[in-house]
Amino acid sequence: MKKLFLSVIGMYISILAAFSQTSVKADTVYKSRKLSFEEANLVSSYYSQDGNNAAVTGGIGSEKLSDISNTIDVKFSRYDKRNRKHIFIGELGVDHYTSASSDKIDPSTISSASHADTRFYPSLGWTMENEKKGTSVGAGISFSKEFDYQSIGANLNFSKKTNNKSGEFSAKVQAYIDQVSLIYPIELRTGNSGGDRNRNYATTSRNTFSASLGWSQIINQRLQVSFDGEIVSQQGYLGLPFHRVYFNDNTVQVETLPSSRLKIPLGVRANYFISDKFILRTWYRNYHDNWGISSNALQLETVVKLTPFFSVTPFYRFYQQTAADYFAAYQQHSVADNYYSSNYDLSKFTSNFYGAGFRIAPPDGVFKIQHLSALEIRYGHYQKTTGMNSNIISVNLKFK
Amino acid sequence: MNLINYPKPVCGLAFLLAAALFFSSCTTVKEYQKNKLNDAEMTLSTRKVEKTELNFQSYREGASGANGGKTGGGCGCN
Repeated sequence: MKKLFLSVIGMYISILAAFSQTSVKADTVYKSRKLSFEEANLVSSYYSQDGNNAAVTGGIGSEKLSDISNTIDVKFSRYDKRNRKHIFIGELGVDHYTSASSDKIDPSTISSASHADTRFYPSLGWTMENEKKGTSVGAGISFSKEFDYQSIGANLNFSKKTNNKSGEFSAKVQAYIDQVSLIYPIELRTGNSGGDRNRNYATTSRNTFSASLGWSQIINQRLQVSFDGEIVSQQGYLGLPFHRVYFNDNTVQVETLPSSRLKIPLGVRANYFISDKFILRTWYRNYHDNWGISSNALQLETVVKLTPFFSVTPFYRFYQQTAADYFAAYQQHSVADNYYSSNYDLSKFTSNFYGAGFRIAPPDGVFKIQHLSALEIRYGHYQKTTGMNSNIISVNLKFK
Repeated sequence: MNLINYPKPVCGLAFLLAAALFFSSCTTVKEYQKNKLNDAEMTLSTRKVEKTELNFQSYREGASGANGGKTGGGCGCN
């Protein structure tokens, strides 16, 4: 009797155990609806450049400039009643730059209004992911303010994964409504059109609208690629009011450019997992606009994993562009030209950018600090065939 | 603006579409086979640490976009 009783109990436990193995549908799994911290990133950079083709002085003179940039972003998430994931990202950035050429806007002052400036740019973003359907929708707003420039931006985005989760289509529209302060070179000012930092300068608008489409695709277990295409339309004041142009008759005017511009960049990215030690990251962009600039950019990076948690990434970027139709060097423009600029960023040139990055992401935290999940440092040297060169060093601390 | 003035970009967009259709028929990789693709270095986007690089490139070069960086708005860049 005792054996029979134990057998019945055993069978009952077996049945219970069998039911406990029944799979639970993913969308019925309870997920916390409380807002939870996901990660935060602190990115700091120091950038310095030098050259002899400053646009402020009409394509001649020092381009010396340095910039310190700090941004912090914080990401939170929560699930709603329908198990959709809501991601909230807040970002705040502050840049401070000093520029030798900006000091030439008004050389009679020891230190003119724009010789140094601070740019402040907060933004907020929201994305809702439906893991069951493989879709996500999102929106964002941004603001940027520096002494002579203000911008308000907004964006909407959507993405949808294929049924087998190997491909993903994405779309994004963006708008920036900007205001440029009309700070002219001192010798070209009339009446109250210029002065010191306490004066109110007249402003004019610059609006930018863009639409982008993307497709990312897993090719196999080691290779994935993405394609991005954008159409960017700009209207308004597209030059900068303190850029001088010296004509071939030795007269000087402020840079004048068309009031509209259409840009079409197309990008391809491919990442290949060569082995546990090496990953190849590649990116190529082809670009055209209706100002006559065509360009190609190619970037190659090889991630070398010295240990599973420490990697070194040497990189190289090649860039080439044709000149804008409205560019000419110092004293090369004719006064009969409708549009004119001596900004060498719109000239024909090629550039090389190379350097290396280091990434540390140990499982117990960087320097044993549990919440500091990754540290990345990256240095790059940039050289243009116009003679300009620059150096940049950036640090990213990731907290989880 | 008339896109007819931009034959190369139109060809590019056509290529983009063709490529998207082509790759949509690629081999399915199961979730448990994605350990290499899910490596942090395999992300199909620029790294956070590249943020300032993208900004200075959009200032110092005539071209921008298609890399997650700025495309002309939001700053006094080209």
